[in-house]
Amino acid sequence: MPDVMAISDARLAEVALTREEYELAVNELDRSPTEVELGVIGAMWSEHCGYKTSRPLLARLPTTGERVLQGPGENAGAVDIGAGMACVFKIESHNHPSAIEPYQGAATGVGGILRDVFTMGARPVALLDSLRFGPFEEAEQRRLLEGVVAGVGGYGNCIGVPTVGGELYFDPSYRGNCLVNAMCVGIIERSRLTRSAAAGPGNVVLLVGADTGRDGIHGATFASVELNEASSERRPAVQVGNPFLEKCLMEACVSLAGDPRIVAMQDLGAAGLTSSSAELAHRGGCGIELDVARVSRRERGMTPYEVMLSESQERMLLVVRPEDADQVRAEFDRWDLHSDVVGRITDTGRMVVRDDGATVCDLPLSLLVDEVPLRHPPARRPAGLDAALAADPLADSPPWDAGETLLRLLRSPNIGSRRPIFRRYDHQVGDDTVLPPGADAALLRVRGIGGGIALSTDGNARHGALDPRLGAALAVCEAARNVVAVGAAPIALTNCLNFGNPEKPEVFWQLAEAVEGIREACLALGIPVVSGNVSLYNDTAGESIAPTTVIGMVGLLDDLGRRTQPGFVRDGDAVLLLGRVGMDLGGSEYQRLTAEVNAGPRPALDLDLERRVQVAALEAIRDGLVSSCHDLSEGGLGVALAESCILGGRGVRVARRFLAVGRPIVRMAILFGESPSRFLLSAPPDRVGALREVAARHRVELRDLGVTGGDRLVVEGLADLGLDEVTRAHASALLPPA
Amino acid sequence: MRFGIAVFPGTWSDRDCARAVEVAGQESVHLWHRDRDLRGADCVILPGGFSYGDHLRAGAVARFAPLMESVMEFAARGGLVWGICNGFQILCEAHLLPGALTRNASLEFRCEMSWLRVETAATPFTSGCEAGDILAIPVSHGEGRYVADPGTLDRLDAEDRVAFRYVAPDGSPVGDASPNGSLRDIAGIVSEGRNVLGMMPHPERAAEALLGSADGLRLFRGVVEAVDRSGSFTQARPHR
Repeated sequence: MPDVMAISDARLAEVALTREEYELAVNELDRSPTEVELGVIGAMWSEHCGYKTSRPLLARLPTTGERVLQGPGENAGAVDIGAGMACVFKIESHNHPSAIEPYQGAATGVGGILRDVFTMGARPVALLDSLRFGPFEEAEQRRLLEGVVAGVGGYGNCIGVPTVGGELYFDPSYRGNCLVNAMCVGIIERSRLTRSAAAGPGNVVLLVGADTGRDGIHGATFASVELNEASSERRPAVQVGNPFLEKCLMEACVSLAGDPRIVAMQDLGAAGLTSSSAELAHRGGCGIELDVARVSRRERGMTPYEVMLSESQERMLLVVRPEDADQVRAEFDRWDLHSDVVGRITDTGRMVVRDDGATVCDLPLSLLVDEVPLRHPPARRPAGLDAALAADPLADSPPWDAGETLLRLLRSPNIGSRRPIFRRYDHQVGDDTVLPPGADAALLRVRGIGGGIALSTDGNARHGALDPRLGAALAVCEAARNVVAVGAAPIALTNCLNFGNPEKPEVFWQLAEAVEGIREACLALGIPVVSGNVSLYNDTAGESIAPTTVIGMVGLLDDLGRRTQPGFVRDGDAVLLLGRVGMDLGGSEYQRLTAEVNAGPRPALDLDLERRVQVAALEAIRDGLVSSCHDLSEGGLGVALAESCILGGRGVRVARRFLAVGRPIVRMAILFGESPSRFLLSAPPDRVGALREVAARHRVELRDLGVTGGDRLVVEGLADLGLDEVTRAHASALLPPA
Repeated sequence: MRFGIAVFPGTWSDRDCARAVEVAGQESVHLWHRDRDLRGADCVILPGGFSYGDHLRAGAVARFAPLMESVMEFAARGGLVWGICNGFQILCEAHLLPGALTRNASLEFRCEMSWLRVETAATPFTSGCEAGDILAIPVSHGEGRYVADPGTLDRLDAEDRVAFRYVAPDGSPVGDASPNGSLRDIAGIVSEGRNVLGMMPHPERAAEALLGSADGLRLFRGVVEAVDRSGSFTQARPHR
């Protein structure tokens, strides 16, 4: 029996293994692992690659549906969008690297998610982001924001894939640990979908693209531990992106999609050559042999350990038959891309790594993939949550002036215009962007299907902090409502679970609750989860971020002529509220502004009502009954009215009777509460009757609010604001404080 | 007629240009950077993107591509060459057009609608427009600030070679709303022979009303009509 105590704690910490896990590996192998093997095991058993904490939870998510062509388990999910075409998409986090080096962290996050999509053969057609920082008022947070936005744009703009949407929130819990989630969407003919399962012992393994350097070593394990004061010293664990190289790699890979000479294709992401080769071989039930001496290096003196764990970007593994290797390499040569034959597929079920003849690693793949030691940490509901939920900090607070409050909400960095961000992203390249950033969802034409896809990323940390299950369900519902608002039916989603250290019982409880929330909402709305990513250990100095479930939704629109958008389109249209009136101020932006707390009572979510409201809205849009449609979210009805005015360049008058009820705080709650399951609609007066029939058929309330027109936003008896003042407030939200 | 669309490594508007040509009802062929054959193109488009990763300077490497030798010879013979965004940068680097494109005054990338006033209809590209027309055509660049020495700027004005200027949507001076801070609000210029146009905005992104504007299509149609009127613009290849 090898001596498990012979390894130091420091060495174990470097590969993020516990002593128990190390012991397990030693017992399985019946020997001590070599240096390279230790690094390989640490990477493959990290949360980032092995999902050792989240795997049992994720199994709860519904992943099937008639449109699902590829669920979780591949590089990205894929759904059938008709006419023989598939939509391939995934969201992924790059939080820790971005916290340390915002530009490169964000840029390589974009590069990584792009590779996940074009590894499947699909041409990437859209990027979206989801960003979280500490308070915007703090210069350090704005520095991070600036770096991240420049990084997302720097990569996406250069490679020529449009960044069509995203979201951005500020909350103190992200102060030391910003969140950078990026989603990529690709399109491909179904028949050309490329998989990443190796096959055929004797086939050749090609490593294509960038040379391998020392950047990003231990990136996967770095992502699986908490950030601390020493983290900035981990800058070498952050990779450096080269979007130009990736553009060439993308064109070459897309051109080879569906080519019978390509047996399998797998990009190199977290844990580089280690995880890509292990996954490639394991998915195909094969074994793999690599010779690190044949890997082209960027620097001299790299050890086999460093070559196996490097996270140098813009690299791809391909499996081809030996007789096709020269031809395939010629395809990459055309793009000036270097390729090396680095190994071959075997039938041994083992991952063997040689360094010019000397074996430095020989491990069973099952140990690396199937036998990841799962962790089942204890879960505990956080103390104090019940008190926060029971509190109603606004119960006795004097209501503010409604007009002034609306302007303050519009000036909030969490609500106001995102134009200062999205005008720095090329959102048009590809010539398919029908609705650019600014609408509820981005809408892209898909050539060949006669329609388009609607895309949105959503998540609300304040509700998630109060109730992670509710927060996750609300994120699914809001993302679905956003694609519905432009006229598309939600068909599938991808999720990114951003949480703290799961070894804390409270965090594990949050994670488990959030997964249940996604599950419940997906089942109720009939939307499968086809891909996703888990980012844990988002802690700084022992403090965890607020539990943050981010949903990336894909919707399908058959007829682009039947699309809608949130801006009021003509004077004299009726303005209506479809769905509940709702008065939920708990966790709202209004509560944050007025009471500076995040507390109860939490919004009520009726998933069956949510479904009926969405179906009714879609039907109304498809029947051509509405002029505009806008989801109600942060800032509630008041902010939705303002946004529809700003985008439409015209005012609105909301009748006194709608708000002539109850105590003043109730009027505030109606105006600024953040209840789910509702849309702000405008419609020509002669269509309102038909609209009522649609609402009644789905047992959904439809209330008259008022009428569009003029150049003022008027809520009779409560607020009367000039449109220019409203527009200025909204436009100023992300300008640096004077 | 046939448009030839150059593809350098890092070019990304090639497919968008092909789409616009298709909308205009014409034929396009791609021209690979390593080739010298212009494949019978009546008009060569140097599209947007980051050719060769914009290493050194935007457009600085592309001018040395084998394809560019043929493009320069084609231009010298009077052939129509249309540089868009990165293509404009390449034309300046290749000295087919005077001046240079530097970092936007904001120091930020800008992707948004811009409004261009047509300054002259006396070019094949703007022959379908009238001077004073305002076109809504988006920009998307980080280095689009046109600069040249005062003498060159005066000469461009005197020779009626400024094709487009950025303006406000109502035609008034663009002022601080300029997407890049170009000197004299210049968005596009033509060569002395008027057969080479460089412009930063992307007309190929304004070829369909569905995507926000169809004003860019007027330029594609202008080229088609000009070629139909005059036949090929090129002189016979000089006898060697």
